[in-house]
Amino acid sequence: MRRTRFEVALWALQRASAAVLALCVTAHLATNIYAVQGGLSAAEILGRTRGSVGLALFYGLFVAAVAVHAPIGLRTVLRETLGWHGRATDAALAAFALFLAWFGWRAVAGLVA
Amino acid sequence: MGTIEVRVWRGTAEGSYQSFAVPRRANQTVLDLVTYIQRTLDPTLAYRFACRVGMCGSCAMTVNGKPRWTCRTHVARLDGDVMTIEPLKNLPVVKDLVADLAPFFDKWAKAEGSFKPTAAPGSDFVVVKPDTAARVAADAGIECIGCAVCYSACDVAAWNPDYLGPAALNRAWTLQNDVRDGGKAARLSAVAGDAGCHACHTQQSCRAHCPKGLNPSAAIAGLKRAALGALLKGEL
Ligand code: SF4
Ligand code: SF4
Ligand code: FES
Repeated sequence: MRRTRFEVALWALQRASAAVLALCVTAHLATNIYAVQGGLSAAEILGRTRGSVGLALFYGLFVAAVAVHAPIGLRTVLRETLGWHGRATDAALAAFALFLAWFGWRAVAGLVA
Repeated sequence: MGTIEVRVWRGTAEGSYQSFAVPRRANQTVLDLVTYIQRTLDPTLAYRFACRVGMCGSCAMTVNGKPRWTCRTHVARLDGDVMTIEPLKNLPVVKDLVADLAPFFDKWAKAEGSFKPTAAPGSDFVVVKPDTAARVAADAGIECIGCAVCYSACDVAAWNPDYLGPAALNRAWTLQNDVRDGGKAARLSAVAGDAGCHACHTQQSCRAHCPKGLNPSAAIAGLKRAALGALLKGEL
């Protein structure tokens, strides 16, 4: 019944990551709108983000939620529109999750490092 | 009262529409229209019904694009002087208005939709209190007549041919809430597979179309919760 456990776990991760994303997207948009009120240059933004542990943790979590959520959703889309499912598709989606996580975290590192 | 133009599907997966002019009558149902055509205009028309009073679930067809129980759908309640009647969707067509329900009921079996007794033969009646939460949940879905209207209305059933569908999952949920049933663990595994309850998008087309006013999507939500609970407890 490993397969069944896998399906239920994916569903739970999808729900949990959706909850995290709802918070992250709201906080991200609110901060952005607030921060650009007076107009900010790229250098000014970097000046504030560099070295911020809180920012690294927040966006690190944001990226993790995206990397979990998007491939699971895409998995359903692929099955329902193209009929793709099974091990090869799941492996490709796992690679896609790693791709999202890697590039997302790299971007976060670029902001704070 | 005039006539109504009825466009009827003729054929199987391939086919075309044939139009008939059917006289209107008071209190006429869609099934009455089809019966009139078959008895008076064209005896080769194939369709299916049994009880004519909304109990057997055999008369469902697609009427003006929507799945309905035809014996209890009054013509006067549908607009227009032209009506299109087709077989149910998401199922193979045997002929004309007859859909093949075998895949639909095969999925009930796949979802372990049959009662598994625990009591030994000859043992006394089990007391089932009607106001317990489990019995209320079971009662909410118990009046299903197996008409496949919900299955025909379900987009996921159209997109994913393996999806167990609203009726089979609704049935499974009533049994999960039956205190007398002994097949719960196997059933939960059966409905939590990759084309089971988690494939449902919860858009409730099943609920909108069910002629018995049932809400299979609520049953499916119950199964999802139960599956998650079982996973966390290591019982799946
Ligand atoms: S709520 Fe679920 S079962 Fe009901 S029609 Fe939508 S996808 Fe199908
Ligand atoms: S749940 Fe409703 S629509 Fe679906 S088979 Fe049962 S009675 Fe028909
Ligand atoms: S003929 Fe039995 S439900 Fe319509």
